[in-house]
Amino acid sequence: MPTIRRARLLGIGLLGIGLLVLAQAQASAFTAYVSNEKSNTISVVDIDKLTVVRTIKVGQRPRGIELTKDGKFILVAVGDDDTIQMIDTSTYEIAATLPSGPDPELFTQDPTGKVLYVANENDNTVTIIDMEKRTRIGEVQVGVEPEGMGISPDGKMLVNTSETTNMAHFIDTETRQIVANVLVDARPRFAAFKRDGSELWVSSEIGGTVSVIDPVKHEVTAKITFEIPGLRKEAIQAVGINITNDGRIAFVALGPANRVAVIDAATHVVQKYLLVGQRVWHMAFTPDEKYLLTTNGVSNDVSIIDVGSLKVIKTIQVGELPWGVAISRQ
Amino acid sequence: MIRLLLAGAVLFAWMAASADAAETKVVYLRAMEAKARLSLIEIPPDDNGLAGARLAIDDNNTTGRFLNQQFSLEDVRVLPGDDPAAAITTLAERGVALIIADLPADPLLKAADAGRNLLFFNVTAIDDRLREEECRGNVIHVAATRSMLADALAQYLVWKQWRRWFLIVGSHSEDRLYGDALRRSAKRFGARIVQEKVFEDTGGARRTDSGIAQIQRQLPVFTQGASGYDVLVAADESEVFAAYLPYRTWDPRPVAGSSGLIPTTWDASHDQWGAVQLQNRFMKMFGRRMTARDMQAWSAVRMIGEAASRTRSFDPRTLLDFLRGPDFALAAFKGQRLTLRDWNLQLRQPILLSDGRMVVSVSPQEGFLHQVSELDTLGMDRPETKCRLN
Repeated sequence: MPTIRRARLLGIGLLGIGLLVLAQAQASAFTAYVSNEKSNTISVVDIDKLTVVRTIKVGQRPRGIELTKDGKFILVAVGDDDTIQMIDTSTYEIAATLPSGPDPELFTQDPTGKVLYVANENDNTVTIIDMEKRTRIGEVQVGVEPEGMGISPDGKMLVNTSETTNMAHFIDTETRQIVANVLVDARPRFAAFKRDGSELWVSSEIGGTVSVIDPVKHEVTAKITFEIPGLRKEAIQAVGINITNDGRIAFVALGPANRVAVIDAATHVVQKYLLVGQRVWHMAFTPDEKYLLTTNGVSNDVSIIDVGSLKVIKTIQVGELPWGVAISRQ
Repeated sequence: MIRLLLAGAVLFAWMAASADAAETKVVYLRAMEAKARLSLIEIPPDDNGLAGARLAIDDNNTTGRFLNQQFSLEDVRVLPGDDPAAAITTLAERGVALIIADLPADPLLKAADAGRNLLFFNVTAIDDRLREEECRGNVIHVAATRSMLADALAQYLVWKQWRRWFLIVGSHSEDRLYGDALRRSAKRFGARIVQEKVFEDTGGARRTDSGIAQIQRQLPVFTQGASGYDVLVAADESEVFAAYLPYRTWDPRPVAGSSGLIPTTWDASHDQWGAVQLQNRFMKMFGRRMTARDMQAWSAVRMIGEAASRTRSFDPRTLLDFLRGPDFALAAFKGQRLTLRDWNLQLRQPILLSDGRMVVSVSPQEGFLHQVSELDTLGMDRPETKCRLN
């Protein structure tokens, strides 16, 4: 398998820029939405043109951002307004607000898109929202400062990370009970399942590591560490994680290290580090996984990584302190 | 017979409970501190420090709930001038092994020497000697040292190109120690002390009606005639004069040190790196803002919780070994991991520079490099240490 991938990489490398331009022309129209924590806006980025085409004003301190499964709404957590706003993707108007509980930051939807799970940092709870009725239907008590939210591909297991408790809490979505707690390194920020559900990856910001967890046994099976020449350990802080659908390549955003680590997701070995903007936190793939977009908070920009060539191909200025990014098919 | 049965029942209940959850008691040992402050809003609350420890016990127990570990806190007070050794002996006999020490330097040393099998967390004393010639293998220092605070300030002033300092030092021994630390920092980072003066404490109350009229006349005259300087740096831990300096200097110059721009481990306005969550939790629980002492006590109890959850132990030796080892990292809302200097058990930490209303900057400043950790540009570094731990 690695040989095939290497061949593919080599091929793209050889064909060079000409193919890149061609591929860009063929790419279907995708749109990225970037939440700007300081500006209180969302930057709308046209992926064909790789430029900001619009800026949407939202509530205060927008951070976590996703699209509804039908693509009709942008969901953005506006923490200082204690709500999640739903923005209509056809009109860019704020269509509704969701009862997220206080200070929402990150959230995740179940695979059907009918249920939304929100981490409430101030309350040590996870709030559960019915997306059809747009009402709160429950909550789960978790550790101190819940942050990262991941859901298994079958929707049966919700994972929440709590930043001061340093755990990944496994929550059965049917009973809404915690069934297991796995201790990870300091300040876990983000949780992501592999598409086949075989592994859960949890990043630790202060610990500077990624724990790979067996979601059945609830055990850490591997720990990924990062070493970048010339950088002190303290500057390497793992935050966002994105794994390709085929489960072969993982990208981990390393915060103030200003780099994204590229990891062989099968062997858990770091392949290379890509230099992006300053304080890189969250990322999103285009639906075809051709590009990965990263939000670089301190440099107010978004880096575009070409997933095939594993190269940063462009940087786009967005609003102030870009935090999260979501990408739609429109 | 009934009593015996009852005792048996209690014993059984205790055993059943301990089989469920392991429990440990942390003692917050404090000397009642002097509360004299020039600014009314800076008079410390009665539970200064203790409140931070209480919040961290809560945080530890939230984690402990998932690991069957329970923490409790006991507040033990000694009078100023009392030898805490007796209190330590009693606590040791009761099986207490973990002490949050809110004590001045000398009582802390006496306490540490009276309880060699106990593990102490110094959350108050900033004296460098406790980490240098008088370091102890059973005392972890969570409070920053004078030299760390002075270095944090100096780095910023040098970055700002305010290299010419007018240093005013108070007449008490702690003021002189802070003055020494500032002189060392100036030399270390390339600042120059162009003028130096001592402010004699001639006694008198800190709170007087209409005293402000005199202060306004005295301070400009006191600072008159200084040779060309960029910033006035004051060393006044005794709270005698520094708070009077801003806006009253003869020349229009900024003030730093014990007033104006102050180096500190925590500030109620600090909101970066998720700190607002801790500030909110604290405010909700105690109805007041979190002080630096509160933060130091919070960090100390969290260190205990962190080590206990990783080692699944409450044994002080096991906890200490973990805390000084490579796997320990404390998340304390300062943008990077805090770790221990293994040569003297001092907690490495960024230092905030506060103007009393906002955090102006956080040191170490960009560009002050170090081969091990940039945090080691603050305070005494390994090559210069006088500490020899057994």
